[in-house]
Amino acid sequence: MSKTDPRSAKADRGGPNQPLIIAKDLKKHFPIRSGLFNRQSATVRAVDGVSFDVKKGETLGIVGESGCGKSTTARLLVGLIDLDEGHIVFDGDGLGEDISLKELRRGVQMVFQDSYASLNPRLTIVDSVAFGPKILGLGNPTGRARDLLGRVGLDPNRFADRYPHELSGGQRQRVNIARALAMEPRLVILDEAVSALDKSVEAQVLNLLNDLRREFGLTYVFISHDLNVVRYISDRVLVMYLGEVVEIGPADVIYENQAHPYTASLFAAMPSMDPDNLTEEPPLAGDPPNPIDPPSGCRFHTRCKFAEGVCSAKTPKLSVIGGDDTHQAACHMQEPGSGHSAAIKEAAE
Amino acid sequence: MTDAPKPGTPLVEFDNLKVRFRGERTVHAINGVSLSMQPGEMLGLLGESGSGKSVTLKTLLRLLPPKRTDIEGGVRVNGTDIKTLSGRRLAAYRGGEVSMVFQEPALALDPVYTVGDQIAETVMRHKGVSRRAAMDVALDMLTRVRIPSPERRLKNYPHEMSGGMRQRAMIALALACRPQLLLADEPTTALDATVQIQILLLLRELQKEFGMGVIFVTHDIGVAVEVSDRIAVMYAGNIVETGTTRDVIKDPRHPYTKGLLAANLHGAVKGERLDAIPGSPPALEEPPSACSFAPRCAFARPACLEALPPEIDLGGGHKVRCVLEQDQVKTPQPVEA
Repeated sequence: MSKTDPRSAKADRGGPNQPLIIAKDLKKHFPIRSGLFNRQSATVRAVDGVSFDVKKGETLGIVGESGCGKSTTARLLVGLIDLDEGHIVFDGDGLGEDISLKELRRGVQMVFQDSYASLNPRLTIVDSVAFGPKILGLGNPTGRARDLLGRVGLDPNRFADRYPHELSGGQRQRVNIARALAMEPRLVILDEAVSALDKSVEAQVLNLLNDLRREFGLTYVFISHDLNVVRYISDRVLVMYLGEVVEIGPADVIYENQAHPYTASLFAAMPSMDPDNLTEEPPLAGDPPNPIDPPSGCRFHTRCKFAEGVCSAKTPKLSVIGGDDTHQAACHMQEPGSGHSAAIKEAAE
Repeated sequence: MTDAPKPGTPLVEFDNLKVRFRGERTVHAINGVSLSMQPGEMLGLLGESGSGKSVTLKTLLRLLPPKRTDIEGGVRVNGTDIKTLSGRRLAAYRGGEVSMVFQEPALALDPVYTVGDQIAETVMRHKGVSRRAAMDVALDMLTRVRIPSPERRLKNYPHEMSGGMRQRAMIALALACRPQLLLADEPTTALDATVQIQILLLLRELQKEFGMGVIFVTHDIGVAVEVSDRIAVMYAGNIVETGTTRDVIKDPRHPYTKGLLAANLHGAVKGERLDAIPGSPPALEEPPSACSFAPRCAFARPACLEALPPEIDLGGGHKVRCVLEQDQVKTPQPVEA
């Protein structure tokens, strides 16, 4: 059905092999100002050279702890904050060269974590959903909004004229999803969109997201800290640590075989769900370091049990794992000839 | 207040507890919770938002606004009815016998005092010792919760610490007077995954070391499994299933518990439709007269809507409130030790 959907076919300019969005070397540094003259005293390197692409129709999961830059990356993709450096290419068109920010936002929409804060409390939900199409001058915005409310499981006759505070969290998040879809996007960025929901409601929304993806031929970027959810919904997973990509690969491969010690720790930190086989030791000590002044070299070396001299001296590059070039990790142990004692020796010469 | 409890007295005993909030609208937050807990036990209280788990903890500490709250039924800690406490006895009880760790340590700690001062103040107040002795206790506590360089951290203000460190300090503060009961209200929800597991394992170790009873409130079934000896599942102000962690996880009987386990997505197959519980929890404006879960339950039958479901004892402390079990369990199940 997604292939014959007239909207996505019409909009598809780059062909099936062109990734829907390419992020090239994204950088975003936030200055911290303090003191009498409000001088810049430090920099938060929130996103520091992040590159990835999202293929048409796939779901890319982004995982990482707070401060790793996953939300900043999402905001950069929709243009909610300006890039310091880097390029965004949407279906072959460079942002700022071939398409404007306004055009990009037609194609990329976002759903936020806080379902209440992201809705205007003074608008009924049907007005909220119709707002974007109205501004864009699309035909019959209210009818379109009512139709979309129905699609996300909120009967328009019962719900259309309610205000956000009259809905439950799960219902509000459905409104936010409908509002994102009202712009007929091709890429929807879900930034912790189900994290604030109760587990039983979360499962309903995940089912809805899967249905909508099929129905509208959507592509998702799904940001979450819940690895179970990410595994369920994603085709590929990107792991971030302190503003950098440490590992990327197909979800099933990463869940079976983590190449980066940080990814491995993140998985080991998941509750065991087995009373006979409880976690004995925490995989990592301490909190993630502050993204102000991140550690030198590999940013994970301060918490990594395999760290050696080379790890603090040299920044590892993403290298291919096990000959499968869809799976990459940035770790000196995976980089032949990096100087780490556990690195693969053969290719080093 | 701190008399040695008689042997065999449960540490905590709820007897048909009902809590109702009055105000613009009435909310029946707790609807007949009966539960008892032995000293040194680690009980996980599992439920979604609005299920009454935090209200249960606040009832235990008498933190609910007295003017707008009606409490019925018995709440006993070490055999004492806590509803009779007031004034000095209540102050000695809070923090001395029972203490609490909150979800957001940044909000629970006082921002204008150092961590050391806050711990020492509690110790001085409850134990009547000098400031110097209280500071020694504070230092000892920070060491026990494994805060690196505790001497230096004693002089830190809460904002100078990371989230995980603050939660450790909060735990040190709660345990400084060696309470017999620790209430933990979602203490790891605001933390990152790699920090969460550290705090969970720390709590498990401290519980063994100090031997206190712990009620650990969480919405995350994985977290409950990691720390609890026993799990009580709450729904709409009542406990729908209790049992040892193993029984509840491996042999869940209540349809709600089963739904929660499925919704955890542990082992969910990608792309396959999730077995989601439809609908949302009830608003609790009326006290329930039937099974509160029936409107969302795939197995509901007429009997579910006629009366409150009975509590069925499956043996081995595994109890479930569901009419479905009534038919299935005619004879008590063999108890496995």
